[in-house]
Amino acid sequence: MANTPKKGKSRVVRYNKWGYIFLIPFIVVYLIFQLVPLFTTIYNSFFENYLSGLKQIGPNFVGLANYKEIVTNGDLIKYTQNTLIMWVLGFVPQIFFSLLLGAWFSDARLRIRAAGFFKTVIYLPNLIMAASFAMLFFTLFADSGPINTTMINMGLISEPYKFLEHAAGSRGLVAFMNFLMWFGNTTILLMAGMLGIDGSLFEAAQVDGATSTQVFFRITLPLLRPILLYVMITSLIGGLQMFDVPQVLTNGKGNPVRMSMTLIMYLNNHLYSKNFGMAGALSVFLFIITGILSLIVYKFSVQDNVDEVKPKRNRNKN
Amino acid sequence: MRQDKEYSVEGGLGLTVRRIIAYVVLILLTVLCLFWFYILFVNASRAHSDLARGFTLIPGKYLLKNWQGVVNGTQPIARGMLNSFIIAACASVLSVYFSTMTAYAIHVYDFKAKKAIFTFILAVMMIPTQVTALGFIKLVQGIKLENSFIPLIIPTIAAPATFYYMKQYMESTLPHAIVEAARIDGANEVRTFNTISLPMMKPAIAVQLIFTFVFNWNNYFTPALILHDDKKKTLPILIAQLRSADFLKFDMGQVYVTIAFSIFPVIIVYLCLSRFIVGGVALGSVKG
Repeated sequence: MANTPKKGKSRVVRYNKWGYIFLIPFIVVYLIFQLVPLFTTIYNSFFENYLSGLKQIGPNFVGLANYKEIVTNGDLIKYTQNTLIMWVLGFVPQIFFSLLLGAWFSDARLRIRAAGFFKTVIYLPNLIMAASFAMLFFTLFADSGPINTTMINMGLISEPYKFLEHAAGSRGLVAFMNFLMWFGNTTILLMAGMLGIDGSLFEAAQVDGATSTQVFFRITLPLLRPILLYVMITSLIGGLQMFDVPQVLTNGKGNPVRMSMTLIMYLNNHLYSKNFGMAGALSVFLFIITGILSLIVYKFSVQDNVDEVKPKRNRNKN
Repeated sequence: MRQDKEYSVEGGLGLTVRRIIAYVVLILLTVLCLFWFYILFVNASRAHSDLARGFTLIPGKYLLKNWQGVVNGTQPIARGMLNSFIIAACASVLSVYFSTMTAYAIHVYDFKAKKAIFTFILAVMMIPTQVTALGFIKLVQGIKLENSFIPLIIPTIAAPATFYYMKQYMESTLPHAIVEAARIDGANEVRTFNTISLPMMKPAIAVQLIFTFVFNWNNYFTPALILHDDKKKTLPILIAQLRSADFLKFDMGQVYVTIAFSIFPVIIVYLCLSRFIVGGVALGSVKG
């Protein structure tokens, strides 16, 4: 657009100050409730500050001792592993079914009927209270719960399978719940990406006699890579925050023997026992990891949006 | 209707076969998604003694009795529902209003720090609130707001994800010409936002109101760190307590009813509005 001389410049400037005014509530609240706590958290990570019995130790400045402690005592590695294992166990079926369903829903030739119904149903578990869902699974999969009772009645097993006493059982349940809660969401995201692919590419492939499998692997998948990356990284960030489901399912204990204890459950334990030094160091660790992952998402998907924010077209025609 | 055959391609599976596979998988997944909630509904309507006998697909007649048992029981479940509702309702209204206002500021106006602020908000969008929880608790304790709903409501005003969604929506639906027209008609900026721009954002606002409401209704981590008084506790905290208490002494019918009442209100609202919600999920994430 042409850059007409700015005749009514003062008026435009007067309008534009409202940009700042409208930003005030958001920025002020963000600074007070997010940014200040972030700095307090980092600050606390350098202090020894916990309860030993009823005796309060600290706060004393200890430098990087909390970081050293958290890295060397093995818990951090163990809980990171747990979290990642449960995330992968849930993510693999999630991405598999999401790609499959996304391809079917966006396939014009297949013409799935009642697609709206199916999408509604598969997205539903995403809105369920995770704590309740975990409680429901706990009651259903309890040692004397209906799943075990039914399996015994059917003669599949002779005695109850104690899900929470096996690593595979409790991790499997957590991963299964995560899969159920998130595959609908992922399907919708991937489908949006698939519908964004230029239809003439599919037509060309069809003319050349490609099978739907070939179309999927040679056209859909490569073109979908940026969105797949986005889905994977955001899912990983979400996975690192895994808390409600394993917390409620195992009553905060991470049964069996802390094999399903996640990083945020570990953080939660430190916060409850008021071990603020260790909680701080753990938070900083999580902040750095999620920060790096966020940067990747930012680079790959949202940066275009920022770059589009250029000075607006001449608005002072009047 | 067009004939399928002319489109089917040699070498791959026939279209009919693929369609059958697709429907079978879809139906299996549908059952997998709904099974748990159906069982929950059935179990919530059965008596404790009946539940010990395992599954059934036929609902019982004890739903009301179980609910009355919950209301008269020791756990303040009804109170918890009210608390959850108050927090979720206030949080969603404030969050959506102010985050939309922030998106509007970036969308409509030109000012020096605009790009920097936009970049900043998007960069922090993905950072989870859990990593600042420690500082947040210290802050809440410092200003003596433990056991209050305020630290669970006010901070939602700054919701980067809602902001981003609104910004995306404005790109496609809110032309600058409208804002200019309102100015020419003599409306001031606040009025233009409230009476001209907000109504144009209605579909996006509805979607975000629901998402924010559901998020806060379901939120467990932060409220559990702030609310310790039994009368202030929200539903997820009480449900987690059910788990931690001596589980076997509970009336199972009442446990199921409690779980049901934390889940079914959301399901009902969702089913009424699902068209908007499912359609709106993709908008806030990636650029289509």
